[in-house]
Amino acid sequence: MRILAVIEHDGSSPKPGSLAAVGFAQAVAERNGGHVASLVIGHTVAGIAEILTSFGIVYFADSPALANPLADRYAQVIVDAVSRYHADMLVAASSTYAKDIVGRAAGLLGGAMVSDVVAHDWRDGQLLFVRPMHAGMVTETVILHGDPKIVTIRPTAYPQPIAMETQGELFPIAVQDPLPVGMMWEHLESKLGTRPDVTDARIVVAGGRAIADRHDFERLVGGLADCLDGAIASTRALVDAGIAPNSLQVGQTGKIIAPELYIALGISGAVQHLAGMKNSKKVLAINKDPNAPIFDFADYGLVGDVYDVVPELIGKLHEP
Amino acid sequence: MKILVPIKRVPDPDHRIRVDLQRIALELSDVPHIINPFDANALEEAVRIREGPVPDAEIIAIGIGDPAWQQELRTSLAMGADRAIHVGVSGPPDPWNVARILRAITERESPDLVLMGKQAVDDDSNQAGQFVAGLLGWPQATFVSQIEFIPLDPEPSIAGHQLRVARETDTGIETIRLRLPAVITADLRLNEPRYAALPAILKAKRKPIETIPLTELNIELSPRVERIALQEVSSSRKCQYVQSVDELLDQLFLNRCL
Repeated sequence: MRILAVIEHDGSSPKPGSLAAVGFAQAVAERNGGHVASLVIGHTVAGIAEILTSFGIVYFADSPALANPLADRYAQVIVDAVSRYHADMLVAASSTYAKDIVGRAAGLLGGAMVSDVVAHDWRDGQLLFVRPMHAGMVTETVILHGDPKIVTIRPTAYPQPIAMETQGELFPIAVQDPLPVGMMWEHLESKLGTRPDVTDARIVVAGGRAIADRHDFERLVGGLADCLDGAIASTRALVDAGIAPNSLQVGQTGKIIAPELYIALGISGAVQHLAGMKNSKKVLAINKDPNAPIFDFADYGLVGDVYDVVPELIGKLHEP
Repeated sequence: MKILVPIKRVPDPDHRIRVDLQRIALELSDVPHIINPFDANALEEAVRIREGPVPDAEIIAIGIGDPAWQQELRTSLAMGADRAIHVGVSGPPDPWNVARILRAITERESPDLVLMGKQAVDDDSNQAGQFVAGLLGWPQATFVSQIEFIPLDPEPSIAGHQLRVARETDTGIETIRLRLPAVITADLRLNEPRYAALPAILKAKRKPIETIPLTELNIELSPRVERIALQEVSSSRKCQYVQSVDELLDQLFLNRCL
């Protein structure tokens, strides 16, 4: 089996989640004697391609026309790369990038796609995929019919890849002329700020409905996160209320994360939010409602008002 | 201008979902169903396009499922769709087959815009919109939270329209332009869907729902995804309550959480 991993990057290095997709590909390849290659798309991405040669051969498409991730162009490049490598499987880390671009490519490649895989298994030589549905209340086990198979994985479910003894070769992919031109890039308003990315951070501090406004979100959620070198996150309620930017939303339709420690401040624990954080290693919940469902999904609970507890916590963490 | 809005009937996500004893299907008979919330955003936006920049827009709701889906299509008509199409199949197909059916309907109806939810809250796949855009070779914009019409010509005509859309991505809000025809998938913050008022509900009863059997579209369903098991997920955590911030910090340090 030949497995091609689509690598998302930030312009200078591969995203850790994409490396987990390579880790998944390696696990599958090891079992069935397959091969793994990476695919990088963008402009001035030779350095990123070079990094990835540690994990095997790398295809890369480098062009000014690919400077920004427009789905019609990128999907065309992916289809070309699948054909070049004769890939039987295409994998990527589940993200808005992969949902958009790899999803479109899957539509061009016959639609045998499974999203958000959290585990896999083998039965009679056939790959079984396990994925959450219904906001994580249920998991389903599925098999895919047709080739190539297209898989997005939850990065938190798979390890980083193992470097090979010898570096893989680099293969440039010529960009087809003309590329589709129905989509035009304007700009990206990044809301990431200077704190760690919520998908990579070891500790995540998240705020829920109990947080009244932006100032308090920054003071309580941001303040506690900064004490712990953590990332900040929020529930949908705060994003809808304009208190937190959408890029911080954790949940069924936001980001899915699994940090070492998840600190839920004033979060009641709707299933849609739990879907995004319940695989965290440890969960601490602080909420003044002792009956909040979040406590059923927490390892540590403190019943109290975040407006009292968090300033005290920040104060004590600052003590030498 | 024609806008096609696919509507999925889903179990109300606020209800607890149970897996049957054979662990292959969900027990849904007692669970109320609703329009997939993201599809409601898509339909609401189509109605706002007609109320705003494109007054002559025709809005067609389409459902792909068993006869019960007519209920959600009737609701769509009450929310503002002009007519509805019901493609009769025994259960909701996988995203690939949904996309094939949508392509076939698109070829019949020639819409300028397919406006749909970014994902269904039951299977959470987030695939059908991208598949159909790929199959049609149309521009796409997924996870859209804002749509703006840009007239190109000095004499603005629908054919000259481009859209400027804001997309909610992991790294922030991305703005792109699209040529029509295009596929757009809606995120929750695109709008707040309206509740149908009584006069609209009564009026909707007179609007047509056309039923199209699958055979008429020359489509044979060939599922790409086969489910072999389902499992309910429950929390294995046992909450250890602490009474004070001091005790909390002791526990966190003791257990190497910090």
